[in-house]
Amino acid sequence: MRKPVSMIAAGFALVLSACGTSGGTSGSPPASTPITIGVSVSLSGDFSGDGKALQQGYDLWAQDVNAKGGLLGHKVTMKYVDDASSTQQVVTNYQALITQDKVALVFGPFSSLLTIPASAVTDRYGYAFPEPAGGGPAVFKLGLHSIFFVQPAAVEDNLVSYTKWLLSLPSADRPKTAAYATQDDPFTQPQVDKAKGLLEAGGVTTASYKVYPAETPTWDTLAQQVVNSKADVVVLGTQEPDGVAFVKAFQRQHYNPKSIVETTGPDQGKDFADKVGAANTEGILVPSGWWSSAKATDNDKFVREFIAKYGGAAGDISADAAEAYSVGEVVDQAATKANSIDNKKLIDALHSGTFQTIQGPIAFDSVGRPNGQSFLVQWQHGQTVPVYPTNIAVAKPEYPKPNWP
Amino acid sequence: MQLVLEAVVLGVLTGGVYALMASGLTLIFGVMRIINVGHGALVILGAYLSFALFRSLHIDPFLTLLVTVPAMFALGVVIQFVFIRPLKMDREALSVLVTYALALGIEGALGYLFTTNYVELRGWYETASFPVFGFYITWVYVFGFVLALVVLGLLFLILYRTPFGGAVRATMLNRTAAQLIGVDVDRVSALAFGVGMATAAAGGVVFGITNAFNPGSHYDLISRLLTIIVLGGLGSLRGAVIAALMMLVTTEVAAVLISPVWASFVFFVILVGVLIVRPQGLYGVRVRERI
Repeated sequence: MRKPVSMIAAGFALVLSACGTSGGTSGSPPASTPITIGVSVSLSGDFSGDGKALQQGYDLWAQDVNAKGGLLGHKVTMKYVDDASSTQQVVTNYQALITQDKVALVFGPFSSLLTIPASAVTDRYGYAFPEPAGGGPAVFKLGLHSIFFVQPAAVEDNLVSYTKWLLSLPSADRPKTAAYATQDDPFTQPQVDKAKGLLEAGGVTTASYKVYPAETPTWDTLAQQVVNSKADVVVLGTQEPDGVAFVKAFQRQHYNPKSIVETTGPDQGKDFADKVGAANTEGILVPSGWWSSAKATDNDKFVREFIAKYGGAAGDISADAAEAYSVGEVVDQAATKANSIDNKKLIDALHSGTFQTIQGPIAFDSVGRPNGQSFLVQWQHGQTVPVYPTNIAVAKPEYPKPNWP
Repeated sequence: MQLVLEAVVLGVLTGGVYALMASGLTLIFGVMRIINVGHGALVILGAYLSFALFRSLHIDPFLTLLVTVPAMFALGVVIQFVFIRPLKMDREALSVLVTYALALGIEGALGYLFTTNYVELRGWYETASFPVFGFYITWVYVFGFVLALVVLGLLFLILYRTPFGGAVRATMLNRTAAQLIGVDVDRVSALAFGVGMATAAAGGVVFGITNAFNPGSHYDLISRLLTIIVLGGLGSLRGAVIAALMMLVTTEVAAVLISPVWASFVFFVILVGVLIVRPQGLYGVRVRERI
């Protein structure tokens, strides 16, 4: 019998385009027993760049903690499994790490998209789930007591610094209109929506607001809608590929807004500059919870060790790696505080007090939301420099952004 | 209105490039009756080959085609010989598994060699543009469209004006009958796979200039390319061209008139509508099947 070929092909196309009981906690093993920490990382698919950076950060932390005798005396081995950026695979991975590999602890994957389904599994088995990259509002709406977002601020607050800065400008310079475009992603959209609300409340009229899917064949039509709005400032909820594409599309259309901020992309250092051209980065802004020259605890040591281990320069280090490293730091301090690596005791310890990390001090509320604030970083003369708020700024914000060269 | 006009222009220009990428896929299906779900990975492989030459020798991305097209053709012949030819039974279903494995292998190898960070091919034409009706058209889209026209034109010439093309079309019409009249279908299949990969190399270079890509970029791409050839009619080159233009113009216009979030959905509604009326696709041949 012949197979209905068009059905096989159409089915495959659809599958590809569609891509989203109580258990006991692991007890604390005897001191000096080696332990394994399990992580699902995206080594392929949409988040593969970020996944790789997470792995680097985790590996560097494991190296450091083992150098000082291990996590409360336990030598640490990291076990990674690739989730291909898939919301289904990430669930399977944590299930397997916990039930088959019987890892002592688990650390989080990349993105809110993957953290949300993964957290259902880790919570069911009573594991603490410190995670570096899932800070969208949907994560905290789960109301889980076992999840901890290890960044200074919740994702939706990332652009708050940007809005405060814009609204603090003298009224003559303050923008009158803003255009917004964002991926329909739990990481990007809440940031843009919150910024939109704050700017509207501050008197900045919305000239355009567009939400788009990550799988968009061309970005130009979308960018053109922003261009046609002739807005004074542009707020973009991007990941790296669309972050690059928007910059190029604005150049093509000779559109020079007074300010451009992107949620992700400009934070990728040399990687971003290589793609858009170093001269075209001038004035572009990105919110950040970490940057390489910050005066946070052990940050200089992290930067030094990272360069020694992986090469490159300080400006090339992805914030993803720093966030992953911070997950380890927080767990290390919580284990010391609890004097145990038992997950239940770790969860209790993580909910009390403040933890010093290379991103600065971090504390968590009852659903794992951090209580700090992101800052604003700007590309100036080929470097990324923190420019707001003033207490951490090393340069003044450049405004208006210069025209494309 | 101006936005709609621009969406149409951009849809046509990028549709040409998608037609180029889909042409190899539909040709391979037509000749071998296999669904090459690794075609997206092969396009990305082509883009990476261009990227390697661009990065190490600073060659203009379009000029790298002088190297990548023959290289991908040769690789295609080898892949067909090693992976596809041994499939003697249940080719359509098994080919999905084999070519998917091929895609995963290519993705893994590219990730190892180039890391999984996004990269992009660069040239002066990626941001240089010229004004038309109050908006700017970027040169790279024009060059990509011209490249697609040239390659597709050559493909049509080969298929309809050469003895090899005759053998290809005979094999597409009826593999067994073609064998009976003396066509070496194994040789035709190997060369057709090579030609399909050569078009993937050409499509890959334009994709790589207009999109940041990484080894995992093939998933989105293959889902679009499969959709195009299903709409156009499996095995129909003309159908692939028309369907690619329809897809890109529809999604671009829907993004303007409705919302970018609904753009793909609108296209899929059209796809389903066409398949209800014409299950074989726009230009596909209805096959009488014995059960």
